[in-house]
Amino acid sequence: MSALAASPAVPAAPVHAAWLRLCHWANALAVVLMMASGWRIYNASPLFGFTFPPGWTLGGWLGGALQWHFAAMWLLVANGLVYLAAGIAGGGLRRRLLPLSPAGLGHDLRAALRGRLQHPQAGRYNQLQRAAYLFALAVLAALVMSGLVLWKPVQFELLRGLLGGYEAARRVHFFAMAALLAFVLGHAALALLVPRTLVAMVRGR
Amino acid sequence: MENGFFSRPRPAPLAPAEEAAALKAARALLAARLPSSRRGFLRQLTLGGVALLSGCSLRGDDGGDSVEQALMAISRFNDAAQGWLFDPAALAPTYPGSMITRPFPFNGFYPEALAPVVDEADYQLEVRGRVADHRPWRLAQLWALPQQEQITRHICVEGWSAIGRWGGVPFAEFLRRVGADLGARYVGFECADGYYTAIDMPTALHPQTLMALSYDGQVLPRSYGFPMKLRIPTKLGYKNPKHVRALFVTDRRPGGYWEDQGYNWFGGL
Repeated sequence: MSALAASPAVPAAPVHAAWLRLCHWANALAVVLMMASGWRIYNASPLFGFTFPPGWTLGGWLGGALQWHFAAMWLLVANGLVYLAAGIAGGGLRRRLLPLSPAGLGHDLRAALRGRLQHPQAGRYNQLQRAAYLFALAVLAALVMSGLVLWKPVQFELLRGLLGGYEAARRVHFFAMAALLAFVLGHAALALLVPRTLVAMVRGR
Repeated sequence: MENGFFSRPRPAPLAPAEEAAALKAARALLAARLPSSRRGFLRQLTLGGVALLSGCSLRGDDGGDSVEQALMAISRFNDAAQGWLFDPAALAPTYPGSMITRPFPFNGFYPEALAPVVDEADYQLEVRGRVADHRPWRLAQLWALPQQEQITRHICVEGWSAIGRWGGVPFAEFLRRVGADLGARYVGFECADGYYTAIDMPTALHPQTLMALSYDGQVLPRSYGFPMKLRIPTKLGYKNPKHVRALFVTDRRPGGYWEDQGYNWFGGL
């Protein structure tokens, strides 16, 4: 009886809503599938003087990798649209990722370099985190747009022109992938360093 | 006159080193023609990838087949999506002659030395299926049809691209001449090197789809598909068959050399 009374009558709102956690992990799966299959596709005709170790790739051969890539793209895009729609409609995107200012970013960057940057509460982001998450969103948008040009350079003429043509789109796609990889590695490393953030993204609190 | 116009390079006798290379190439060709072994390879590695990602093992053929079947089903869905996106009026970009890629790369499922030697004297283009006129076509008859040129970008499924200059007969014009049922769904192609593929009718009727007879102002060289290839700048390279010796109009979706191994059927750009 007393234990029951001690517990709060109304549970505190979760740090991350269920839909958001679902979107996060669906996106994580889509990104892993897209990247691993994309590396195999890259290996078929390397843009630069290296290839990805086949063991890191998905699909087994070019045809298999293409099947994975053009299947996971639907998950990536559909999930991304749900996330954006819910984040914009619910105001969460703006509330969590804005405002962001150069001065604030500089302040938090200096604090981070001195080892004094605070992240006291999961779900409330400092200026560096806001910048990093907005960066990831922008890079994902660049990946989708350049990917559309590579998939349909004739049908998406406007987008092709915007990116400077088919060959330019290949480079945009590659560098956006590299930028997303850098984000993912940093993001995963920091989440492991502060495990309660990882727990919050799984259980909600 | 005709001989001079249609003359093409004939292969010189092979030096020993070249012969060894050709043998090696022949073995590569044989290996490439065993799709079943490749499909097994695909299954293993696909499974490996899934097991790696999910942290659980998908052992047994059931797991592998269902993953493969799901991917194939999505690929078929992607065919439909691409058919829906395809705008018959949207033209592939064209380029000035100065941007032509030189040398234009050879591309095939075998090395260049093994490209088929088609004898013009024997050549006949078979026309089958839902067409009114089934008479075969001689090369000279194809050359006598109205010709068109284009400088467009060839995009390979591997990712690379190259700009080339092709000339030939607008395919829509040819289909009308043979009285093809333009309401049929597909046109299939069979090639002198054993290659085969097919396209959808809207793409067949696209204004830039050519029965190419020339490359860069010369009779189409053996490496690029003598005597005739389909040049389709709205399709990936594997949808541009070379050395075409037969075509047919059909409502039953034909397969393709690469498509049957897992490349997307529509392959549109």
